[in-house]
Amino acid sequence: MSSSVLLGKLDWSAIPLNEPLPLISAAVVVAVIAAILGLVTYKRAWPYFWKEWITSVDHKRVGVMYVVLALVMLLRGFADALMMRSQLAMAAGTAHGYLPPDHYNQIFSAHGTIMIFFVAMTFMVGLMNFVVPLQIGARDVAFPVLNSVSFWLTASGALLLNMSLVIGEFARTGWLVYPPLSELAYSPGVGVDYYLWSLQISGVGTLLSGVNLTTTILKLRAPGMGYSRMPIFTWTALASNLLIIAAFPILTATLGMLLLDRYLGFHFFTNDGGGNAMMYINLIWAWGHPEVYILILPAFGVFSEVIATFSGKALFGYRSMVIATMGICILSFMVWLHHFFTMGAGADVNGFFGIMTMIIAIPTGVKVFNWLFTLYGGTVRFNTPLLWAIGFMITFVIGGMTGVLMAVPPADFVLHNSLFLVAHFHNVVIGGVVFGAFAGYTYWFPKAFGFTLDERLGKASFWCWLIGFYLAFMPLYLLGLMGATRRMQHYPETGWQPMMIVALVGALVIFAGILLTIAQLVVSIRTRDQRRDHSGDPWQGRTLEWSTRSPPPEYNFARLPQIKGLDAWHQAREEGRKTLEAAPYDPAEKLHVPRGSATGFVAAFFSVAMGFALVWHIWWLAIIGLVGIVATGLVHAWRTVHDIEVIPEDTDLARLIGPSPP
Amino acid sequence: MTDAQISQMTPEGSEIPISERGPAPTRVVVSYGFWLFILSDIILFAALFAAYAVLSGQTAGGPSGHQLFDRGHVLIETACLLLSSFTCGMFSLAIDQRSARYTYVFGAITFALGLGFIGLELSEFTEMIAHGNGPQRSAFLSAFFALVGMHGTHVTLGLAWLLGMLAQVATLGFTPRVVGRLRCFSLFWHALDVVWIGVFTIVYLGAH
Ligand code: HEM
Ligand SMILES: [Cu+2]
Repeated sequence: MSSSVLLGKLDWSAIPLNEPLPLISAAVVVAVIAAILGLVTYKRAWPYFWKEWITSVDHKRVGVMYVVLALVMLLRGFADALMMRSQLAMAAGTAHGYLPPDHYNQIFSAHGTIMIFFVAMTFMVGLMNFVVPLQIGARDVAFPVLNSVSFWLTASGALLLNMSLVIGEFARTGWLVYPPLSELAYSPGVGVDYYLWSLQISGVGTLLSGVNLTTTILKLRAPGMGYSRMPIFTWTALASNLLIIAAFPILTATLGMLLLDRYLGFHFFTNDGGGNAMMYINLIWAWGHPEVYILILPAFGVFSEVIATFSGKALFGYRSMVIATMGICILSFMVWLHHFFTMGAGADVNGFFGIMTMIIAIPTGVKVFNWLFTLYGGTVRFNTPLLWAIGFMITFVIGGMTGVLMAVPPADFVLHNSLFLVAHFHNVVIGGVVFGAFAGYTYWFPKAFGFTLDERLGKASFWCWLIGFYLAFMPLYLLGLMGATRRMQHYPETGWQPMMIVALVGALVIFAGILLTIAQLVVSIRTRDQRRDHSGDPWQGRTLEWSTRSPPPEYNFARLPQIKGLDAWHQAREEGRKTLEAAPYDPAEKLHVPRGSATGFVAAFFSVAMGFALVWHIWWLAIIGLVGIVATGLVHAWRTVHDIEVIPEDTDLARLIGPSPP
Repeated sequence: MTDAQISQMTPEGSEIPISERGPAPTRVVVSYGFWLFILSDIILFAALFAAYAVLSGQTAGGPSGHQLFDRGHVLIETACLLLSSFTCGMFSLAIDQRSARYTYVFGAITFALGLGFIGLELSEFTEMIAHGNGPQRSAFLSAFFALVGMHGTHVTLGLAWLLGMLAQVATLGFTPRVVGRLRCFSLFWHALDVVWIGVFTIVYLGAH
């Protein structure tokens, strides 16, 4: 490929004019975006969006934006999944389906990357952002502007990745871009570079958000909220964010080394020069296994809250839950080798990692029993969030068991890289993380917007996801046992086709579930006046977030609550109060909320420019992007007004009683 | 008893556990968050150290560290950086005294020493590259340049940050925010020293 100073490697051949599919999907995306922008312009809503959302540093707004981003990305990731499933339903024997191998490889790579980083991760970070400060009785996160920066960097990464759909190509290497395939010698195009820069940019956002939330939980809890009084979701969020701090730098370093190989001719993972590709695999999984716990722990937290609330009982075994969470947190760093037992590390090493992997199942099992005992004897209400939780318990246990099965190295030698593995990880990631995300979404939606979501459509969506999941993935276990490998675009064995068709039907049922989720949102917004929740506590919740009005005021709590025990809000309700006790009044304390800031948005704008320029070797633009980021930081550093004083509203003050202001 | 101590007592007179005393003051929160960030940065270095450990023998027929490194040169480099940590400590004391003059003086000395360190490092790098021993030569040299270069990049960023902070003191004065950032800067600078001790021992003294 030739290269010019002005446009780097970019020229017209980057637009896939000969491939209709990406162009059509891109056209749809562009049309949707244009329609939204047009609508916003037509309604003259730009000032509103700019002030209340784009430049907002309120953790609740940022959290909602994370969740919206995740839902949009779910559509993109799912479109990829549908394409793969329909391809495999066709391409048996002499038929070759409609997706050429080259394109198919990009699709599974993009699907995996999007689903893990921009759906699962983004969703969980969004929920934690929204819920944690409310649950610990804080006014915001520790560093609100940084929080907005984190979100916008995540969004930049997502945007960059999606640009690869129309301009150039995406990686053909799988979602973890293993070398040597991902090295320049075998992947000379821009696909891997899109992957790398997209993840480096969003990775910085994730790391900063991890630091932010950890500091928030450890340093900003309301008076009286000792560690043994922290809600369990906050505990899991703490564990997850500690893992982010400990694991994401490894990802950054590893991807950085691959970038050096590709851009500057280094020899970290190349075949020649003494490079060591297995080192990449080790490093990436030293991040990757903790990553799966970064995703699942907050989901465990959601289920714990949901199950306790809808059983009308305190969570069974709070302490064991905390110990199990923190135990998983530590163990998750000691199992990474189970992703490549076939590397040839020898029986002893494989044995060690196999056993460690099985040990992780113990704390997880503790949790499952705790949830069951919470439900047992409770006054159970089968609202949508609880359905997700029950569906999770059954599905996740199955996925966990197939995981323990693959933790046996000899078994893994057979199952490695087969569709059995694909079935296993979708089993835990859909049954665990996605179900957790939807449980959290329906559970906290009324808190965020002041009205509940339609229950009927919510339940219908749940059943579609549950049934669709089993239809789509149980056949893959069997196919895997029969020898079908992952990442194949075509198979000669026509006997596999019926089960591939069942899997497609399953994916279509999931599609119905997704459509129902959209319908649920639309219907609920339309009928919001009937479904308003004036109490702020539609579910009889137990933790502090339910003590505020819905949506909560931007300062969350008019006065800081004084916490006297676990489930403080439940206690207050038991004692027949509709109020929390306020902490002793500090006359010097005025109520301040952080001022909005465009820092995150502007920095993200320049990061996209820089990332795009680096992908295409447009060096001048990369420099402009970098200078822009630094300049944005400097402008922020010289800002002198950081927060605004607000007068709390009487209704919010009335929610907390205690020694009154002099 | 001071007022601060009294406010940490319950009405019954027993002491409130630290974890139940409510939100920490901004000063503590900022430093704490920055500590966490530094921890994550140390892990970034840990990954690079691990890569170096794996690849340090992979010279692909090229020179080994023992043949390439000039320990005298590196010793001067190390001295610059360690001294700069000392002056950075004086810098912090000057800030605690709110003395703009000594803040500039020790800031400038710290900057000069850091710049000296970077200058020496760059001269080492350019000499190696000029002799055909750049990072493209072998996996060992890739890992070397990445690890040492990453530390050097951090020091360079630190220097830029230091300049920015001196400008902030000059324009904004010792506002609580500026002082908080200065405190973070010195944490950062000392952390780079600690990392350098690792680089010096493992890469240079450990060369074989
Ligand atoms: C919603 C329904 C979903 C369907 C129908 C689906 C379908 C698929 C298919 C067909 C593959 C390719 C398997 C192969 O290698 O042959 C795949 C791979 C993958 N999926 Fe999904 N998926 C879904 C959801 C998810 C979710 C929610 C996640 C993660 C949060 C996810 C993560 C992945 C990953 C990481 C891969 C591996 C990509 C690679 O091979 O590099 N998927 N999925
Ligand atoms: Cu794992």
